[in-house]
Formats: sequence, structure tokens, C-alpha cells
Amino acid sequence: MSEGVELSDVSVNFGSFRAVNNVSVSIKSGEFFSFLGPSGCGKTTILRTVSGFIAPSAGVVSIGGQDMAGIGPNRRPTALIFQNLALFPLMSVWENIAFGLEVRGAPKAARRAKAEELLRLVDLPGAADKAIAQLSGGQKQRVAIARALAVEPKVMLLDEPLSALDLKLRQHMRTELRAIQKRTNITFIYITHDQGEALAMSDRIGVMSQGKLQQVDTPKNIYENPANGFVASFVGENNVFKGKLEDVQAGVGTFLAYGGEVLRARVGPGVKAYSEAKLYVRPERVTLSPLGATPRRGANSAAVKITSVAFEGNFISVNASDNRGRRYTVQVPNDASVWVPPLDAEARLEFDPDKATVLQDELAVRDSEQGENTRGRQSFALEFAQ
Amino acid sequence: MKEVVRRYGLGATVLMVTLTAFWVLALIVLPYLFLVDASFRPFLPADQVGGPNDHYTLQNYLTLLNPNATKDFLFLSIPIHLYVFFQTVALSCLVTMITLALGYPLAYILAKVVNRRSVATLFLILLIPLWISELLRSFAWYIILAYQGPLNALLGLFGAGPIRWISGYNGVIIGLVYTYFLFMLFPVYGSLSTLDTNQIEAAEDMGARWWQIHRRVIIPHAKPGIASGCVMVFMMCAGALFVPKLLASPSSRWFTEVIMQWFFEGLDWNTGSAYAFVLLLVCTIFVSLVIRIFKVNLADIAR
Repeated sequence: MSEGVELSDVSVNFGSFRAVNNVSVSIKSGEFFSFLGPSGCGKTTILRTVSGFIAPSAGVVSIGGQDMAGIGPNRRPTALIFQNLALFPLMSVWENIAFGLEVRGAPKAARRAKAEELLRLVDLPGAADKAIAQLSGGQKQRVAIARALAVEPKVMLLDEPLSALDLKLRQHMRTELRAIQKRTNITFIYITHDQGEALAMSDRIGVMSQGKLQQVDTPKNIYENPANGFVASFVGENNVFKGKLEDVQAGVGTFLAYGGEVLRARVGPGVKAYSEAKLYVRPERVTLSPLGATPRRGANSAAVKITSVAFEGNFISVNASDNRGRRYTVQVPNDASVWVPPLDAEARLEFDPDKATVLQDELAVRDSEQGENTRGRQSFALEFAQ
Repeated sequence: MKEVVRRYGLGATVLMVTLTAFWVLALIVLPYLFLVDASFRPFLPADQVGGPNDHYTLQNYLTLLNPNATKDFLFLSIPIHLYVFFQTVALSCLVTMITLALGYPLAYILAKVVNRRSVATLFLILLIPLWISELLRSFAWYIILAYQGPLNALLGLFGAGPIRWISGYNGVIIGLVYTYFLFMLFPVYGSLSTLDTNQIEAAEDMGARWWQIHRRVIIPHAKPGIASGCVMVFMMCAGALFVPKLLASPSSRWFTEVIMQWFFEGLDWNTGSAYAFVLLLVCTIFVSLVIRIFKVNLADIAR
């Protein structure tokens, strides 16, 4: 059985620092939900608030429709997997896994049986009597998952549990975690700063910055339709043009870049016409062709000079710059039918308007937030004066 | 050894080895050997030492069981020195347990609850009494615990007391707990502060109550520190001199006082050293028991 988790207007303050700022999100039962953001964005604080180690300064955390206020971590239907796993080094593997049952007073035979069963589930049979120090990083990971599953949580909370593993193992554990989640059908709330992890595993992602939830959506939508400049630049790479949105017709905006180019692109939410903004286009959505070739109709284009070509395996990473000094990154697929420009070549860089998005500048988002804050402070001062 | 010579040169190595050897041999091994030898020889007037009466004997050790001076305890009539000896060992155990009972919670609070920045200040406050000599601190307690002293005056304000604090071994227990409390606190604090707080939280997250967390996670981790604190406090209590001298009632003596009497009042170093070795033997047994009970290494305790 699993339960959904609902955060309504949750804020957490540490002294004068606001770690989590008015976060509202409804996580469905059985969902794999990731909080993605840079370190210090408040995502771990959210996790600790859900698990009960931190009481929210404002707002309500409810699990399965029940308000969790005043309920300690040992009485919540959640299990937390710590970043450093926090396995008990003085207990054997099976004692670790059965700890949650032990403190509930389960008899030894039942505990042992449950531990063996869970070790099979996490694909680590026969490790029951090993010491924690004998395990490898990936095995410890599995033991931590088994230990959390042993208490039959309704919600599993994971705090960057894969960050200590090497790349290969991390990728393997991603699929493994996802499979375990599907098998057990428990709600997973996953914290990560690794966009690859979040995109690959999650049903939905909440992107966070400076304590605020910037966007909640499916991985595909987060990547394709970022809500603002922060989300666009944090998730994946971009070529960025600074400039002004001139006007919008039928969803397609005309963007005047500060270099003087006129570009056409989709317009993201909240961008007002004739206001400062940035145009974002992904490196893999940009194409390069020889200068002599016929330009594509309706595409934005720029004449560039190739400054570096690096073979990355599945694609070729090309850096280019135009005569205004603007730099571009292009990912050329490793495909014989696609032209790969030689170094120092002149080329035409093109991208279609529906592949590019004009978004509110990350800084603008921050400024408007700060504006709100100052306003809040002023009104407070006013109240205080009265 | 070659490595040491290569690193520091021959001269420095010889100097270091000589000094260390001198320290161990001349200041530890030889005096002990002398006392071991003395403990097995009878106490004789100076002109008979080395004479025909100076032969090895167990008499000094048997003095402990002298049946002429006894003390009634329950239904038994126990030789007085043996009685004092058992009192010393039992009360040292009691003091060890009291310091553990007080020291563990305080160490836990200092290591895991208190804000890290204030820990240094708190330690300073705890350490300041150590700047004053043990003798003076015992005197201070002698004054505090006196029948017409400040403690009873304070109790009088609340309508309680007065209590005769310095009666039997009560004063000694209070004094010893106070004097050696920090020797329990520091090792326990040391081992607790290396415990990853996440482990406590993980246990709590899995539904453990506070006492289950202590029993299964925190105490097992703190075991080396607890063992080390117990050994230290027990040894210091059993070997304490000033505190029992000042804070015991006249009839309640400590075994170290008896040893001291043999040495300096009886001038009988032979019996005195025999008594001292019996105490040393019991301390050794205590250490090995602690090692056995706590399943720790000698190295853990020495840490």
C-alpha cells in the first residue's frame, strides 16, 4: 500500500534564512517524484520536513490525507534513505534490515525471514550474515533500500542515495531503483541535483531554486517546455541569446537579440511583450550546414566559424562563434548522413522557431521575488509602525 | 629500527633509546622489582636485613587475613584489613557506576544535543575545577559537607536537614564522584562525538523509541569510551588517598590509607608493598573483566 503526500504552502525558516519558501505540491500515491535543484535550494529540507525531522514554520504536510503536524519521525509511515545511507556498522546485514521490525517487537525468526526475503528483492541473497564493512558501495545501497522497505513504508524518501557511487553503478542502480519502485508500488520522493537521474527515473519532477518550487511537470515537459530561465539552464544545456521580446503572434514571438539579430521562437509563460528576456535553444536542436547549402525556410540562422570539434561517442560536440563574438554549442549526431564541419570552417547555424523558447530571465525571476520580499518587509514595517 | 636510524641519525636514535630505556627500567621496572622482592621478605630490624631470618615468606600477604583484628559484617567476622579492602573495591565499583550514570547522559547532551559552538564554553566550565589541586577540592567538599556547613545551611532554608553527610563512606562517595566525574565524561564524550547523527535519525525514522536507539545504536558505539571511562574511574577511586582521608568518618578507612600506614607509620615497607600488590592485582582483574564484558580491546581502552 502506498499513500500520496501533500505539501500545502510549506515554508521552513532557519533563523532569518528561509530554506523552503511557500512550496505546494501534491504527490500522488505510487508516484516516483523527484525534487531537482542545485545544492542549498532547500530540497533536502523538504525531505526532512516530510520525514518529520523538521517541523514546517508554516503550512501543512499531510500523508494519505492525514495532517502530520506533531507526529514524530518514528510514527510516520515514511522511510528515509540517507545520503550516506547511515547503516549501523556494528550490526550485521540482516540485523540492519530487520532493525525496524526489532524495535516493533517482532520475534527473531520472523525478522530473519523478512530480512532474507528483502535481500532477495534487492538482489543480494546470501549476504545476511555479512558485516556492513564487507560490502561494496552498491551492496550497501541495496541493504539501505531493503532496510527502508522492511518497515513497509507508505512513502519512501531518498536523499541523493546514488551520489557516492561511480558512474556505471549509478546508472545501474537507477534502473534498479525504478524497478523496485514499480514492484513495490510505494510512493518514492527522490532528492537529487543530478538532472540525468531525475529525468531518467521520475514520473514527475519538481525543479527547485532558492527554496521555491520553479516548475512541477513530467521529465519530458520539464526538458521541452521549461517554465523559466532557471529551469531551462539547470536542466540540460542551452544556447542563450539575451534580448527583448518584441511582439507575439499566434504563440510565436519575435525576439530582438542584443546583437541585432531578429529571431523567432515560442514564448514561455509569464514573458511580457517588449520586456527583457532570454531565448534558449538546446544544442541538439541546432543544425549546422555548409554556407553554400540552401537555407531552411522559416528557420533562424546565423553565420558562424567553427572553433572546436570534439568527438564524444554518440554525438560530436561542436563549438562555434559568430562575428559578434557570441558562442554556440551544437551537438551533431554521430550519423553518416549529417555533415560534420571541419575545424575553422565557415558554416550556417540554423534552428526552427518551435525548437527555441523565449523565457523570463533567471535573474528577472529572482528580482521579482526579491521585489515581493521587499514589499513584504515594507508592509510589515508599516504594520509595525501602526 | 633501521628506519629510525636513517631518519634521525645514529646519535639521536641512541639518545632516544637510552632515555626511554632509562625511563622504563630505572623509574618503573626496578622500583617495582624492589617492592616485589620486599613484599616476600619479613619486616626486620635494620641489622638483621640480609641475615639468617631474611628469607622469602608469604607472611606479609597473610597479614591481610590477620584473625586478631576483625570487624563484624552481617553474620561474618571478617579480618579488618580484608574488610577495608572489600569496602574499597565495592565502593570504587559503586562510584564508577554513579559517574557512568551521570556522565553518559551529560556526554550525550554535549555531543549530540547542544549547539556545537557552545560546547567549548561548556567544557571550559567543566574543566576549571581541575585547575585546582585535588587536595584543595577535597578540603572544599569537607567544608561544604560539614555538619554546620553551607550545604546544611542551604537545606535549612527549605526546612530540611541537617544531614550528617560525613558519616561512614557517604562523604567519600560524594567526593570521589565529584573528583573523577570528568574522567568518565571525556572518554564517553569522545566516542559519542564520533557517532554519525544520521544513524540516530535513521533508527528514529525506522520507528525506534529513544531508549531503543540508545540501547541498540548509541551505547554499542560508545562502548570503548564507556569501558575506558570505567577503567580510569575505578583505578583512580581504588587508588585515591586525599578524598577518603578527608571525607570519610574516622572509622571508615580506605585501603590506600592502610597501605600508607604500613609504609609511613609502621615503616614496614614489606607488608605495605604486599598490600599494594594485592590492590594492583584486583585492579588488573577489574580491567580484564571490563574488557571481557564490553568485548573491547586493550588498545580501545588506552585510547
